[in-house]
Amino acid sequence: MAKREELEMAPDAAEAWPDAIYDLLKQHGIRQVALVPDAGHSRLIRRCLADNEMRVVTLTTEEEGIAQLFGAWLGGQKGVLLMQSSGVGNCINMLSVAVAHRTPLPMIVTMRGEFGEFNPFQVPMGNATPAVLEAMGTLVQRADTPEDVAPTVEATLRLAFNTFRPTATLIGQRVIGAKTFGK
Amino acid sequence: MSGTIETGKSGKMNRRALVRELLRGRENAPGGSLLVIGGLGAPAWDITAAGDVPENLPLWGGMGGAAMMGLGLALAQPSRRVLVLTGDGEMLMGVGSLATIAVQKPRNLSVVVQDNEHYGETGMQETHTRHGVDLAGMARAAGIADSRFITDAKDVPALRDAILNGQGPLFAQVKIDEASEPLALPPREAAILQARMREAILGPEAHLQ
Repeated sequence: MAKREELEMAPDAAEAWPDAIYDLLKQHGIRQVALVPDAGHSRLIRRCLADNEMRVVTLTTEEEGIAQLFGAWLGGQKGVLLMQSSGVGNCINMLSVAVAHRTPLPMIVTMRGEFGEFNPFQVPMGNATPAVLEAMGTLVQRADTPEDVAPTVEATLRLAFNTFRPTATLIGQRVIGAKTFGK
Repeated sequence: MSGTIETGKSGKMNRRALVRELLRGRENAPGGSLLVIGGLGAPAWDITAAGDVPENLPLWGGMGGAAMMGLGLALAQPSRRVLVLTGDGEMLMGVGSLATIAVQKPRNLSVVVQDNEHYGETGMQETHTRHGVDLAGMARAAGIADSRFITDAKDVPALRDAILNGQGPLFAQVKIDEASEPLALPPREAAILQARMREAILGPEAHLQ
């Protein structure tokens, strides 16, 4: 991990739970990984980038990922959208695409704006994330300990592909660690 | 063989005639019939007027998402040809996706913008292309090397050939007459639209995935 990240993150995100998510993505045959990067997802993103069977698509805005994964499902491929909680706000109207078409759409969201947040701008959307997702028809699960991450992500994948709808796991900031800016 | 593309009062191409010509021979695309995403509003009606087939996905919403839907589909089905046909307002809302597509370089994806310089479904308010915003230039600057700006019907057969047989990604901004055409509405139940395209691509297995 880069020195700057070491200074600014507490604790660091190099835990085993990102590897457990990667293993679940493999088990469920995920082929397209759409994302706007988040520090909390950095280890998972590295794993996906190293996998030749996964197509990692970096987006300019998270709503692109909703559209992309609908297209992937049209063509018979499963995908997942990785983002931080602020990105959920960018997805709101595009979620209607998955709801109306009945598209499986699993999202894995790293939370900001809650446990130990330093940046005021992260709080409004972080606070609104579960309500916004649920208002748009998404089934939401939360993981607030590292041990909770794998079972909730598995539930999110199963619910999406078995019941044809948007689903989300929110990984609490207590799991990820707050960005401290060295303070 | 190509048909004539009628023009409107402005002297620009009629949108229905353009789409009819672009989709002519779609069933001969390598790998199977051309897969078409139609952006919400008039492009969705245009592809429906040309023949409402399972390989069409006309959109009723998701404004700004059409090009990215095409990318997801093109990546999932690399042996098929994929066309996104959308409007200038819809493309402007998702213009960042041109950068995402350029980076992914899907060889089988074309994005064609029917540019009437107006928001057609909401009272014909002007879009930015009316004021000179150059979508084809933006696509080229993003890294889509084959980016075309088309005003003349004589360039349409080559565009059609590139959509079916060329090396993508391809982007084209085609100036069209702004006149509205009669509504040609596709099914409105989007679950049917999704399921029928999946079945057309994947067969009955689509529903057991």
